[in-house]
Amino acid sequence: MHIHRLERIWLIFGISMLFLFLLVLGVGTFVWGMAPPHSGNHHSFDPTKVEEHAPFDKPGLKKIGENHYEAVMTAYVFSYAPDVIEIPAGATVDFIVTSKDVVHGFQIPGTNVNMMVLPGEVTEISHTFDKPGEYLILCNEYCGAYHEVMQARVIVT
Amino acid sequence: MNSDRFDPRDAKLVIAHIVFAFVALFIGGVAGLLQGMVRSGTITLPADIGYYQLLTAHGVLMALIFTTYFIVGFLFSGVSKTMGGALLPAARRMAWIGYWLMSIGTVLGVILILLNKATVLYTFYAPMMASPYYYIALTLVVVGSWLSGYAIFYQYIKWRKANKGQLSPLFAFMAVVTMLMWQIATIGVAAEVLLQLIPWSFGWVDTINVLLSRTLFWYFGHPLVYFWLLPAYICWYVVIPKVIGGKIFSDSLARLSFILFLLFSIPVGFHHQLMEPGISPMWKYIQVVLTFMVIIPSLMTAFSMFATFELAGRARGGTGLFGWMKKLPWGDVRFFAPFMGMLIFIPAGAGGIINASNQMNAVVHNTLWVTGHFHLTVATSVALTFFGITFWLIPHVTGRTLTKQLNRFGIIQTLLWCIGMFFMSGSMHLVGLFGSPRRTSYTTYNDHPEAILWMKYHVAMAVGGMILFVAVILMMYILFALMKTPKGECEFPIAEVSEHAEPTPKILERWSLWIGIAVVLILIAYTVPMAGMIMNDVPGSPGYTTW
Repeated sequence: MHIHRLERIWLIFGISMLFLFLLVLGVGTFVWGMAPPHSGNHHSFDPTKVEEHAPFDKPGLKKIGENHYEAVMTAYVFSYAPDVIEIPAGATVDFIVTSKDVVHGFQIPGTNVNMMVLPGEVTEISHTFDKPGEYLILCNEYCGAYHEVMQARVIVT
Repeated sequence: MNSDRFDPRDAKLVIAHIVFAFVALFIGGVAGLLQGMVRSGTITLPADIGYYQLLTAHGVLMALIFTTYFIVGFLFSGVSKTMGGALLPAARRMAWIGYWLMSIGTVLGVILILLNKATVLYTFYAPMMASPYYYIALTLVVVGSWLSGYAIFYQYIKWRKANKGQLSPLFAFMAVVTMLMWQIATIGVAAEVLLQLIPWSFGWVDTINVLLSRTLFWYFGHPLVYFWLLPAYICWYVVIPKVIGGKIFSDSLARLSFILFLLFSIPVGFHHQLMEPGISPMWKYIQVVLTFMVIIPSLMTAFSMFATFELAGRARGGTGLFGWMKKLPWGDVRFFAPFMGMLIFIPAGAGGIINASNQMNAVVHNTLWVTGHFHLTVATSVALTFFGITFWLIPHVTGRTLTKQLNRFGIIQTLLWCIGMFFMSGSMHLVGLFGSPRRTSYTTYNDHPEAILWMKYHVAMAVGGMILFVAVILMMYILFALMKTPKGECEFPIAEVSEHAEPTPKILERWSLWIGIAVVLILIAYTVPMAGMIMNDVPGSPGYTTW
């Protein structure tokens, strides 16, 4: 099929850009470990028996290393448990979250923490809180009549 | 009979679809206006209407009903016009059955939304469980649209039998691709609704596989946006060159871009699920790559459009590097409205690339940025193109004229739309980057300082929404005024192919080949991850009514 010379230049340039973007995304994901949030493997469990399954049988904040914490949390209509997490500045927190009912969101504005929380699945993400302050955790997936009040706090001191 | 006259029986069918579309737009617009005012804290709703009810109505009426009715009406008009001058009786019968199925579905769905039985938004994510009749209502809409597709296929097959060896009209070819893509895409949502949601909401089964239901939804949900876009592209490729007095730049490239949409718009649903558990980063990335492939036909379209504009502008005496732009018919709403749609598709498409960029999606996922994005794509690029079509389509099928006054109103309507959208979508994009979530009623999150800062952007959104609502009212006036203009002729603009264009290769109409490749790509993108979702013996979720 004949393609006009100018169109060929335009398409070659455009398609090269697309592949360049994909290369950047691929290197970021697989080399620098910036994959989107996920569960390392497919953990599925009965969403009506969340408390019977580790680690959700012992929810809360746990220190697992030098300035490194694990926050095991559940999302449910219309809150999170625990709903306040206190950590020192510079701490890294591994959030491990599941839902006890419908689909929820988990987002901390001003950071790259943004993920979906599904019943029966576990979502994990890590973030290092360098600056002190009161960070807002909010639900960004519509979950019912009082979705807009669903929130928690990370207090970094 | 004058061959240029539109078949009056088909005219009735087209008008029925277009009017229904605009009534949905109006009601959806009222809901949108109120949402903007609630979210910005301007008004509070009476206790018996919920914000999320309005949001459900807005999404369903705008994204599903306005678009589908307009698309079906527009495709039938062009199919009737370019393939024989009238729909075959069997095709017309199927079209009307489709129309009534869709209409019963729409009315039933809206009643359930008003009764607060289905406040699950138009994405109806399980395990929020609506009334089973809401899912049945949506099924009727989809099945109705299938019948419209069958009618178009039927007309096309008969036309090709009667015109052996001839190249099909470009409009008809594009209509067939659009409906073929729709058939393949809706398999996902049909499976979700028929095999999962309906049995579960009736209580025939106790639980639902949530991740699978979301995956089936997004298998459908992304090609849905191309189902909106392709008819707009038909207008850009086939109609606009004629309106500006030019020719189609290349018939074969136009067809090739539609074939690429057929191939690449479906195996890409994971880019809506990038932030979710249960899908490995590798499979997400593979679908991100396929998503980027679907940008290629849009790059081709952009080139073709501007090439057509430049050739037409130069033919009218435009000189210099950009002098031809002055020669384009800016005062003709049939050109101006779709042109503004195309122009806005440039930032809209760039935003889409950001959304699909794997880990970068974390910055914008489920924020108002995304809402801002599709208010540029579907609610501006597609909507303005559909409005631009309305200005000639209604007079053409009713044997009337587009008056100077209505043309002027059309220009004003287009400008109002662009200004309103600048404020609304612009502030959505900005505040979304700051983290303000989409699909959320008025809240300051217990006066969190960041959430308070978002409020002024929410006010700007509401102001934009009000301007847009005025534009909707003006469009409704124009629609009905177009049915009362003086009798006369208004052209159905179908452009001819440029004499410099090469002949179109026959392979572009080898449907078995293209459908085969589309199926292979879908199987590559979905088989392994979906098998993981089904075979892990996943305990399902019971249903919840949380509103």
